Amino acid sequence: MTILQVEQLGKRFGGLQAVDDVSFSLRQGAIKAVIGPNGAGKTTLFNLIAGMLEPTTGEISFQGKAIQGMRPFRVAGLGIARTFQNIKMFAGMTALENVMVGRHVRSKAGFLASMFRTSGCRREEKAIRVKSLEFLDFLGIADCADTLATNLAFGQQRAVELARALALEPALLLLDEPAAGLNIYETAEIGRLIVRIRELGITVLLVEHDMSLVMDISDEIVVLSFGRKIAEDIPTVVQRDPEVIKVYLGE
Amino acid sequence: MGKNLVFLPIVAAVIAIQLLTAWTDSVYYLTQLTMSAYYSLLIVGLCVLMGYAGQISLGHAGFFAIGGYISAALTTHNLIPFVDQLPVRLLTALGCLQGGLDIYGDPLLVVTPWVACMIAILTALIIAFLLGIPVLKLKGHYLAMATLGFGIIIYRIVLASEYFGEADGISGVPGFQLVPGLLVSGDKSWRVPNYYIAWTVLILAVVLLRHLINSRVGRALRAIHGSPEAADAMGVDTAKFKLQTFMLSAVFSALAGVLLTHYNGGIGPSEASVMKSVRYVAIVAVGGMANIWGALVMGMVLNFLSLRGFFGSYDDAVFGLILIGIMLFAPEGILSLQLGRLWRRIPLFRRKTPAVKEV
Repeated sequence: MTILQVEQLGKRFGGLQAVDDVSFSLRQGAIKAVIGPNGAGKTTLFNLIAGMLEPTTGEISFQGKAIQGMRPFRVAGLGIARTFQNIKMFAGMTALENVMVGRHVRSKAGFLASMFRTSGCRREEKAIRVKSLEFLDFLGIADCADTLATNLAFGQQRAVELARALALEPALLLLDEPAAGLNIYETAEIGRLIVRIRELGITVLLVEHDMSLVMDISDEIVVLSFGRKIAEDIPTVVQRDPEVIKVYLGE
Repeated sequence: MGKNLVFLPIVAAVIAIQLLTAWTDSVYYLTQLTMSAYYSLLIVGLCVLMGYAGQISLGHAGFFAIGGYISAALTTHNLIPFVDQLPVRLLTALGCLQGGLDIYGDPLLVVTPWVACMIAILTALIIAFLLGIPVLKLKGHYLAMATLGFGIIIYRIVLASEYFGEADGISGVPGFQLVPGLLVSGDKSWRVPNYYIAWTVLILAVVLLRHLINSRVGRALRAIHGSPEAADAMGVDTAKFKLQTFMLSAVFSALAGVLLTHYNGGIGPSEASVMKSVRYVAIVAVGGMANIWGALVMGMVLNFLSLRGFFGSYDDAVFGLILIGIMLFAPEGILSLQLGRLWRRIPLFRRKTPAVKEV
């Protein structure tokens, strides 16, 4: 079953066609990677799906619903969570509080309920806390719960960001270069983690530079170059694709 | 309620101050303390808007004035000449009017303070909503500019319209009976109860705001402050939350205006001036922006000193200077300066350095 369908998607910034007529689909429960050299339009593609940019042309549908041009918070509300290439922690909040924000769309207390701390609000708050600790635990950083997120080590911040995205209980998780800045051990760790995330029933779309990681864990790979899709297949085939080799290694 | 034990020392201090003034025969201080408490009510609301939603308003004196002026006008303008007209008959039927005598002993028919208060707060709420909708969708300091314009408009309106008493303002505002036996009034015999009424309202407001900050909504606001993109990606409707916080702080300001106007028995155009708005912003900044205790303490201290005439004719200049000083030397607020560290420089208070363990 298709969970995400990208149809002839295009994004133009002035004279630059950052994403050009890209189409692909994503099967429920799959891990799909988007690769390509720097400036290929990978992050732009991500931002289009997450609603941070509005496409110039084309369509994106998630679970059969058109989402192109939808504001990010609405996209999140539909069940698409994301992480960022350069980690974006909520400064001044603990790791646990960061993850608790991830429960935002799964809870509903408003201004008045919060101010008067209604019994429903208190119950919900407790559930948010319990659930958020579970996600921190899932990522093995429960002992960092009360540390200010910005004081954590880089790898731990990445884990908090992942826990925060998982706390949304998304159907689709967008990971923007999850292995950036990690050493080979940490990268292997992240790879195992992504596989575990898929086992939770979450579909994963990732942008990544690290070829070994991508080849290890992806079911399918989309290759972009100068905004265009030049290949889409299973890892072993993409690896041998002459055009992909040309793009990555030069002629 | 365990977490609200924090308030015990404050309640104790409030009572202690009252007893102290009674004992030292200086009960007149309570008047300025009561007024400071109402100004602080506005300031803690503004603190949540500035410190947590990250928006600056230069128009909160406008909301204060809306509260004060609407309440004052409705409870003083005599409706007897219009008694036969439909709106007035309707209001009478609904029990929204009360009779009385004016200073010359002539009969008076005015809107009751409770109804006037509701109308005043509702007006502030609606104006904040209309002002906030377009502005809060934009990034940056657009709210500061829009509210500055709004503040100037309100100031000119109260200064120019006869209904609001022009340059004289409105006087002769009656007391506000909250419940039978409890009157918001500046009358000497009501001085002590009013001190406690003001503090009860203020502490209640701080309790509610603290609940808000430590809730899903407060987390969302802090998240917006920490990283707007990430908050957006986590499903937080940033524009909506900023708007609601703006409306909440406008309501606090209007309520402060209503209560202080009934306490003072009147209101003048200086309450609506932009300089007042700047003063409120300065006080929140001194308190440390996202620090409700800082806002409360600074709100009380600075307003009290100002009301006692401590700054003389340099009053406004002092607040301008405070704002500049804070922005230059302590953008995190005066409490962040860690005066303890200076304190420990004095040899007598220097902490003993723990002995380094031999490895």
